[in-house]
Order: sequence, then structure tokens, then C-alpha cells
Amino acid sequence: MNIPNQPKISAKRVSVYYGAKRAIDDVSLDFDERYVTALIGPSGCGKSTFLRTLNRMNDTVPNARVEGDITLDGEDIYDPSMDVVQLRARVGMVFQKPNPFPKSIFENVAYGPRIHGLAANKTQMAEIVEQSLRRAGLWDEVKDRLSDSGTALSGGQQQRLCIARAIAVDPEVILMDEPCSALDPIATAKIEELIHELNGRYAIVIVTHNMQQAARVSQRTAFFHLGTVVEYGATSDIFTNPRQERTKDYITGRYG
Amino acid sequence: MSETLVAQLPVGAAEPDERAPTDWRTQSMQRRIRQRYAAERRFRLLGLAAVVLSAGFLAVLLVTMVYNGASGFVQTRIALPVDFARAGLVLDPARLRGPGADLALAAAGVEDATDNAAVAAFGKDGATLLSDGAWLSVRAAIKRDPAIMNGRSIVWVPASEAIDSAAKRADSPANEAIVAQLKARGALSTGFNWPFLTASDSNDSTRAGIWGAFKGSLFTMVVTLLIAFPVGVLSALYLEEYAPRNRWTDLIEVSINNLAAVPSIIFGLLGLAVFLGTMGLPRSAPIVGGLTLALMTMPVIVIAGRNAIKGVPPSIRDAALGIGASPVQVVFHHVLPLALPGILTGTIIGMARALGETAPLLMIGMRAFISAPPGRISDPSTVLPVQIFLWSDQIDRGFVEKTSAAIIVLLVFLLAMNGFAIYLRNKFETRW
Amino acid sequence: MGSMEHTVKAFDADIGQLRGLIAQMGGLAEQAIGAAMEALRLHDLEGARRIIDGDKRIDALEMEVEQLAVRIIALRAPLADDLREVVAALKIAGVVERIGDYAKNIAKRVPTIESHGEIEPLSVLPAMSVLAVQMVHDALDAFAARDAAAAEEVCARDRQVDDFYNSLFRVLVTHMMENPKTIGQVAQLLFVAKNLERVGDHATNVAEMVYFSATGTHMAERDRGPNSYLTPTA
Repeated sequence: MNIPNQPKISAKRVSVYYGAKRAIDDVSLDFDERYVTALIGPSGCGKSTFLRTLNRMNDTVPNARVEGDITLDGEDIYDPSMDVVQLRARVGMVFQKPNPFPKSIFENVAYGPRIHGLAANKTQMAEIVEQSLRRAGLWDEVKDRLSDSGTALSGGQQQRLCIARAIAVDPEVILMDEPCSALDPIATAKIEELIHELNGRYAIVIVTHNMQQAARVSQRTAFFHLGTVVEYGATSDIFTNPRQERTKDYITGRYG
Repeated sequence: MSETLVAQLPVGAAEPDERAPTDWRTQSMQRRIRQRYAAERRFRLLGLAAVVLSAGFLAVLLVTMVYNGASGFVQTRIALPVDFARAGLVLDPARLRGPGADLALAAAGVEDATDNAAVAAFGKDGATLLSDGAWLSVRAAIKRDPAIMNGRSIVWVPASEAIDSAAKRADSPANEAIVAQLKARGALSTGFNWPFLTASDSNDSTRAGIWGAFKGSLFTMVVTLLIAFPVGVLSALYLEEYAPRNRWTDLIEVSINNLAAVPSIIFGLLGLAVFLGTMGLPRSAPIVGGLTLALMTMPVIVIAGRNAIKGVPPSIRDAALGIGASPVQVVFHHVLPLALPGILTGTIIGMARALGETAPLLMIGMRAFISAPPGRISDPSTVLPVQIFLWSDQIDRGFVEKTSAAIIVLLVFLLAMNGFAIYLRNKFETRW
Repeated sequence: MGSMEHTVKAFDADIGQLRGLIAQMGGLAEQAIGAAMEALRLHDLEGARRIIDGDKRIDALEMEVEQLAVRIIALRAPLADDLREVVAALKIAGVVERIGDYAKNIAKRVPTIESHGEIEPLSVLPAMSVLAVQMVHDALDAFAARDAAAAEEVCARDRQVDDFYNSLFRVLVTHMMENPKTIGQVAQLLFVAKNLERVGDHATNVAEMVYFSATGTHMAERDRGPNSYLTPTA
């Protein structure tokens, strides 16, 4: 049961430390499930680190420490009683370099539902795979070769396969870490169109280096600098009339 | 000289770090380039020479072995006419069809009958022409076809060491004459030496076979693999995936690396002291040999396994974790399949080394004369390398060729093992 | 405002070129107005001809500005204040071109007005033109400096120009009623006055765009005074 105005993910006063070094400093952001939210900022400013706190991927880094509260639908995701495996199914992630499993296309998409037990039989599994590939805009291109290796696809297709894989476990949020930076312009355009179609069904948070892309795909934008959020607001406001000088300097190319 | 070089710029006219354009066509430049290419060629030739030298050594080894051992696979046989009807065998043909056949044959006096037949065919020294085990062939012939007992028939029996030797290579004139005689009568033939592959060790070189040692090696290898592979792979997985990075794990890593370099005879001492002494396991048994060799092979598998697991790209792990796989699922569904080729390579290397090990097995007692192949892994046995070692000590000429023949068998075994492992590795190799 | 330069220096060069073109256009337009009023005063037909020909130059510059602005948008993808500046420059060029057209319009009327020394009220005309030209000048200065406050100040002055025009209108109409023989010429002069009033209005348009470019918000609706055309001449 979702109160329409409660944000899907809410981060309050989050700080992330790698050993003694502080990478994220007191960040508070709310992510609405209706929107695509873009995180922009220069290299090393903490956007990817912050993104990874949202699905606890920082747990895999040995000396990472997260402080503050992050809640998904009101539940604290760092609470010891939260099942991290289930969390990662509810909050899916797509990475910068397409990383399909070295298995068949069908297996790539079916792996998630299989380990979470989402399909009761083979027919259901086939349905889930088809639906996920359709939603990712890949079905027509691969429906005749589902047993081909996932790594034999082109870069753009591989990325869409990774998106289909994330969709297959029926997530509520999809996190994307610079999903197009390894792709050519046409593949990038297809992914952006896909994000547009997924908008509304899933809350999407996308980290990007490319400001034009952030302007094209998102409704909300947060500008990160040196581990803090400098400005957060509607995308059109940020890009036509930002309130902070630092934001303006960054987006007009006067930074550094 | 100054014409060929770029003209000097007047001082102060240009910035201090301004460089004159390089002239690539001067003599010194050309010479330098030629020298570089010459160095390239030299290096390639050196590499080629190294490869040719190694291949040459290998070729010499193989050729020598094959040359010496080929004759070990050849058996000389003599045609022995036996008059069964008059041989005086105490045997009821009817009993040969039932379960008591072996018992009946044992009491039938086949050995004497064979000797008599030899004397009858070849003169008073006829028995010396035949191998000591010739009567076994006669017995086998009777068992195969009891009907021959009714009349005369010719049984091919193995020749004695002397005749065998004379037939294959130059020997004393007397033996050679006998061989020529037998050949003229059509009573001598040479054929493939199947008993070599199916019989066990014997003091008689014509009857000696490697099956006992082969089976012993097989059992030992199986025990080694069954212990070393799971333990090695699981250790590698734990050390790479789960163990924290601190002084203790560093110590373990250093220890394992050193263990792989320990001389094998030390493992033999360990086996002697612990497995035979403290644990009281049966001496000279494949289980003890396998345990000892497993200790030796495990570090190799752990090292190869760790490198293979390290080589799995973190992007695959991230992808699996991101989908919600638990750490165990990540390891067994994704990391292990991708690391398997590397692990199998390490296993091949380890097992090949274990197959050829002699010293540790000698220490645990596998040097005794074993005349029957082991039935279980706790029966005393010997292994191929030890068998080769024992035969090489023998004086009889016949054992020289048997030694080389056994080496060939060992090499074939090794090749087969490696070939199978490489097949497995290629099957699991996936590109990502 | 002195914000840092762009990391890509060519971007700064492009923006600089844009501003330079606007400044050039503005200068030519201001000159044209002044020269037209002079030609009017001296009944200088040759001067008027030169002004009419010179307007082509302003038109050409406007096309150049348009091309450059489109190029900057396509190639540099400007954002925030850069974007607003380019859009403002585009619109200001159009407005300045129209100001140039008004100068041409005034110059065209020079042959028709033989002497207006006898028409008394016209002595305010030069003052009105100076004021209007000053407004244009100041608005373009505000653009160069991205000064929102200066822009607001220019808008405030339009009131004066409007007042000038209103009083002149009443006086000239009275004059025409009293001296019907002069209707022909006075009517022309009315148009000249109207053109000057329009120049003042356009100057405020420029100022509004400067304000938007500098701040990102629109100027508050300013008080334009009573809508004079509807009040009966008193």
C-alpha cells in the first residue's frame, strides 16, 4: 500500500566512509517512484558510491561503512533483519559496462527468477523471460535465438539484456550506473527511449556523466560535488536556471 | 655536417623548449633502426632455437624409448603339438563345463603333460625351449575348447627367455641355430605380447606384465584425485572468496606456496610416520600412496585454483550480486564455472606429477615384489614408476626391453589422462 | 558579473562574437536615428539617402546574429545563463533591426518635410530622440554587462518618452486644427514622433530580455501609465 506522496526511497543524512576517507558527506535525497532521477557531477564526486548504497552493494567492499538512514517504502534497508538478497531483487542494478552472464540469452534472463523461485514451472518461466525481453525492447531481435550466448550480442543489445535481466525479478526500483557510457549514439538513444518507457512502472535512478542525457531522460536532477548534494530539483529548472553558482559553473562548462 | 642537420636556431629567437623537427633520414637514425630490427631477429631466432632444443630433447627421449621398448611388446611363440588322448591327463571332460572346472584342471597334471609333449616334439631339451608358464597356455586351451582332449592339436605356447631373446636380436650361436630350426619347421612365430598388458610382475621376463602396476597406479591416482581435488578447490574458494585479508591468511598463502616446492620424498617420510605409523594403515596400499600424493598435489591445485578464481572478472560477480544471488550462489553458479578451466589445468599438472612420483611411494613400502594386481585400495600394490625402477634393477636381458616398454605404457597413460583433462577444460571454456 | 571562462575557450570566443555583433548593430542603429533626426532638421536629402542605404547593413548583421546563434545552440548545447544569453541575443537582434527600420522610416520622410522651423512644438523632438537613443544605448550596455538593475532602470525611463509623445501629440493636433495648411507636414512629423516613441518601447523590450537573460525570471509587469489613446484629448 503506497501513500502516493511517500517517496519510494528516502536517504537521510547518509555518509559513506572508505576506511578513514569520507566519500559521501551528509546527503539527504528522496526518490519518487513516478520519476527518473538523474545524479550528475564531476568524476569522483561520489555519485556511484551513493547509488551503490541504495542496494547495499557497498557491503561487498571490505572497509566501507555507511551511516545514516536509507529506507525503501519506509523500511530501513540497513537494518540487520532486512534480507539483503531480497533487497537486491527489489532494487535492481544495471552497470556501466554491459555484463551479461556467459550463458544463453534465455538463461541470463531466467537466472534471477530461478534463484528467487518466481516461476512455478517451465511455461511460467518462458512467459517471464518473454515479458522481460519485450519490456526491454529486445524480444523482436532475439526471439529466434534465445539459446545463443548472451555475450554474442552487440554492446547495446547486451545492455538491454542486462536491463531485461534486472526487470525479470520484478523490481520496484532500477538503479543505473552510467548505462550508456560504453555505447555508441544509436544504442544510447535506444536505451534512453527504453528508460522513457520504463518510467512510471519503476522508480529509476540514473548516474550519468552526460548532462544532455540527464536533461533528456530525467524529471529530477541532483548535482553532486565533493561528496555532497549541491542542488536537487526539477530537471528543467536545474538546466535553465540553477540556483547555486557551483551548479551553474558545472553545467555551463566553467567548472575547474 | 651542419647541412644535414637542422640549422641551429639563433639564441633567444625561440622559446627554450622549442624542438627542432626530427630528421629521420640521417645515417645515425638509419643505423639505429637497422640495429633495432637486427635485435628483433636475434630474439626470434633465440626463441626458435630454444623451442627446437626442447623439442629435440623430447624427440630423442621418445625415439630411444620406442626403439628400446618396441620389442617388449612382441612375444615369441612356439607351436607345440600335444597328443591329448595319450597324454595321460586325469580329467573328465564333463566336469570342464561346470563350476568346478578350475579345480579339476589344477589336479589334472597339465604341467607334466606339457613337458612330455615338448620333449616329444623337440628332443630331450625341448622343455627348456618353452617358457615356465607354457603349461598355463595349454590349460587355457583345454578350458576354451574341451573337445581337443579327444585327439592331437597344436597349442601355441610362449617361448623361453633365451629363445625369445634370440628371436628378437643377436644371441649365442647355439640359440640362434635353434631359432632357425624352429622357424624352418614353421613352429616359431612372433606376435603382439598381450600378456605383457594383462599379467602381473614375475621373475620370468617373458611372463612379466604391467597390469598389476597399472592397476595400482590407477587406484592410487583415483584416491589422490578424490582427496586432492575437492579439498584443493574448496580451499582455494574459501581463501579467495571468504577469508579476510589479514596476517593469518597471508601466512597461510606463503605456507601453501612453499608446500608446493617441498621435495616429494619429504611427503614420503610424512606418509611413513603418520599414515603407516600413527594411523596404522596397510603398508604399500594405494590408499596410503593416494593420501601421500594427495598431500603433495593439493598445494598445486590450490595455487592454480586461486589464480583462476582471481581471473574471474568482478563484473560477473557484481552482476550476480545485483540480481540478488547469495554469495554461495555467486560462487557456484558463476565463479566456479568460469574458473574451472584454470583449475583443471592446475589439476592436470598436479596429477601428472603425482603419476610419475617414485620416491614417496618407495618410502611407504611400494617397492616390494607384488605378483597379483590389487583387488581393493587397501591391498598391497605397486605403481608404474616403481615397477619401472624395480625392473631396471634386474639383470636379465629380457627385462631391459620390458623396462622401456613399461615407460611407453606410462607415457601413454599420462597422455590419456592429460588428453581427457584437456577435453574437459575445452568443454568448460567459455568466452566472456 | 565576471564568472569564470568556459573550459572550452572556443565557446567563449563564440559568445564574444555574438555580443560583438549585437554591439555593432546597436551602434549602427543609434547612429542611424541620430543622423535621421539631423537630416530632418537640415532637410539633408543626401544624408537621408545614405541612411536608407545604410539600413541594409543592419539587416545583414541581424542575419549574421541569427546564423551564429543557431550554430552556438547546435554545436555548444548551451545551458542555464549561456542558453538564456543566446536566446536573448537572437531576440534583441530582431528588435534592433526594427529600430534601424524606424530610422530608415524617419529618413524617408525627410523629402516631404521642407521646413518645420515654423512649427514651434517641434523643438522637443530632438530632445525626445536623444532620450530614446540613450535608452537604446543603455539597454545594450546592460546586455553587455548582464546587468539586471541597469535594465530595470531603462524600463523606467520609457515613461518619459511616452509622456513626451503624448504631449507632443496633443500639441500637434491642436496646431493642425489651427493651421490647416500645415496638416500635410505636421502629419508626417506625427509619424516621426510615433517612430521615436516606438524606439523607446523597443528599448524597453531589449531591457526586458536583458533582465531575463541575467536573472532567469521575467521583469514585473511595469506600470505603463494610462492608456493615452483612449483618453479624449483635452
